[in-house]
Amino acid sequence: MTALGKLFRTTTFKLTLVYLTVFALFAAFLLGYFALNTRRLITEQITDTVNAEITGLSEQYRIGGIRRLVVVVDARARRPGSSLYLVTTFAGESLAGNVTSLPPGTLDNPGWTETGYRRLDEGEAGEHPEHHALVRVFQLPGGFRLLVGRDLDERERLYNIVLSAGRWSIAIVIVLGLAGGLFVTRRVLRRVDAMTETTRTIMRGDLGGRLPVAGTGDELDRLAENLNLMLERIEALMHGLKEVSDNIAHDLKTPLTRLRNRAEQALRSGKNETEYRAALESTIEESDGLIRTFNALLMIARAESGQARDNMSEFDAAEIAHDIGELYEPLAEEKGIALKVEADAPAPLKGNRELISQALANLVDNSIKYAEPRDSINGGPAQIIVRALSEGDRILLTVADSGPGIPEADRSRVVERFVRLEQSRSQPGSGLGLSLASAVARLHGGELTLADNHPGLKSIIALPRGGPVQIAG
Amino acid sequence: MATYADIQRPFGRTAEAQPDRVTMRLLVIEDDRDAADYLVKAFREVGHVADAATDGDDGLAMALDGQYDVLIVDRMLPKRDGLALIGALRAKGMETPALILSALGQVDDRVKGLRAGGDDYLPKPYSFSELLARVEVLARRRVGRTEETVLRVGNLELDRLSHQVHRGEEEITLQPREFRLLEYLMQHAGQVVTRTMLLENVWDYHFDPQTNVIDVHISRLRSKIDKGFSQPLLHTIRGAGYMIRDGAR
Repeated sequence: MTALGKLFRTTTFKLTLVYLTVFALFAAFLLGYFALNTRRLITEQITDTVNAEITGLSEQYRIGGIRRLVVVVDARARRPGSSLYLVTTFAGESLAGNVTSLPPGTLDNPGWTETGYRRLDEGEAGEHPEHHALVRVFQLPGGFRLLVGRDLDERERLYNIVLSAGRWSIAIVIVLGLAGGLFVTRRVLRRVDAMTETTRTIMRGDLGGRLPVAGTGDELDRLAENLNLMLERIEALMHGLKEVSDNIAHDLKTPLTRLRNRAEQALRSGKNETEYRAALESTIEESDGLIRTFNALLMIARAESGQARDNMSEFDAAEIAHDIGELYEPLAEEKGIALKVEADAPAPLKGNRELISQALANLVDNSIKYAEPRDSINGGPAQIIVRALSEGDRILLTVADSGPGIPEADRSRVVERFVRLEQSRSQPGSGLGLSLASAVARLHGGELTLADNHPGLKSIIALPRGGPVQIAG
Repeated sequence: MATYADIQRPFGRTAEAQPDRVTMRLLVIEDDRDAADYLVKAFREVGHVADAATDGDDGLAMALDGQYDVLIVDRMLPKRDGLALIGALRAKGMETPALILSALGQVDDRVKGLRAGGDDYLPKPYSFSELLARVEVLARRRVGRTEETVLRVGNLELDRLSHQVHRGEEEITLQPREFRLLEYLMQHAGQVVTRTMLLENVWDYHFDPQTNVIDVHISRLRSKIDKGFSQPLLHTIRGAGYMIRDGAR
């Protein structure tokens, strides 16, 4: 596409054309209306004057007969100006006046006619062009005819002036409009081209590129700013994805290596069936762990992509708190932790029951894993309290423990996939529990926050009561 | 204690708890030939009769034709996918229990599978012991044991109407969940019940609780029904799950 072709195809240019057409049509209408009305007004004035003169002249004729009329007409005809006079006999013989070369038959039709003529003082035909006039022929009693008229050149001249003014102004409007349109279009096009160029660079893989912002705060700037925000989000996501794949590589490679080593070891030094059996059993155990990690990852991916949004139903979050509490209570007790559920009032909620249960289960599991059997500060037994409560239009599911908690600086980090604080590396688990809980919360339009329980950790899943706000379309 | 190995070798039975294994006729419909061969071989090793079909059309023809106790159907099959196959089967009035195997393991896929007429759903990758346990439960379901109001294993008796549990003369008090746990185990007495099956059927959760919470529930239950009795009824099958069974029989 040529540069000009590109210019003509832009929206701005098309809009310019549309505006230009509308404006030119309007100007043409306005001027045409003005010209026609001026012309009509002049014509009216002419007829009024001619009528008045005919009345006056026929009065002279009535008073003094043809002789007086001829004298008066002669006097008037000699005055310079655009008035035309002619008095003829019935046979058409001129008696007085300043008009000649009327087309034949003009005098036979009483009333108004537009006609060509020559002034008597202009000499013979050919020397001057023919004029136009509006004349009225009046039949005087006694067979004489009186013709009074006005030259129309003035009217035509005015009309033509207005018309040509109209033409010129329309032409100027079009030229200026086109020029302005092209100018604006080129400016816009240049900025759009710059944006396009940047997006191409970004598409080629340089996610750090940003669209130029002119700083004028106009709609293109706003668009560029929003696109830049989007790019930032995408870059962050891509960064996250990269980190995740690195983490996956790391966290899956470790057990895979262990698995392979064990199998190899058994092959190399296995002496009897019992040893082989032990090696195989640990292989299966290890691969079960891997599958578990994979499943958790898939689940998070599903929750984050919003795919699980179809399975929403209405249920009582308090019931879930009781169910999960009941599921984990024996495990907690075995570890010397008192697990309590405080969820007496119903907390109705719309969401994916299974996922929310799992998120809460992960939080409880997490607390049990890290809770210390003795509350180190108060000296009492370690405890975990699971709560479900309504707060405004949100439902809060909280798990509070008296364990070591998470230092404030690390709180946002532990929600990320695979992040496990150094001191917990020895504990079993995939390091995905909190990430899953967080992904589930976000899927429902809520959030997972970690807070200090003084001492211990308080994990809060806050969910909008009505479920996630559906994005239109 | 029975071990995972005993499941793999039913003929080398020890005196302790063994599944009441009745020979089943199984049809494996799976397009991955390796996986199908592995399953057929594994099922045969534990004493079942197993055939394999590698596409949806063959699978349907064989399922309509043969007298199978349970069908193991892969969800994605050439020619006719697993769900359509089950649908066609059900439309023809065949009620053979079908277990769906699928690489799509999420809850909504499960719901879709069960809605299409599947009787159970197992996401890949699965362990053979899990599959075996589920298939055996499906086969047994046809016998209609779930209808009984009083379940008995040895001298343990569970009354589903009065919600009372007795072992011999002694009444055992159970929490509601413990009762449901025992009820499920007793419904499948003599069969291996996996942790996942318990989580699904007793708690109605389909997720992986990471830590093995079920084990603790089982040991609580065990302390209530087996403590003080010389003959334990509730057995742990290593690498597979649990089984309730009267070992003295």
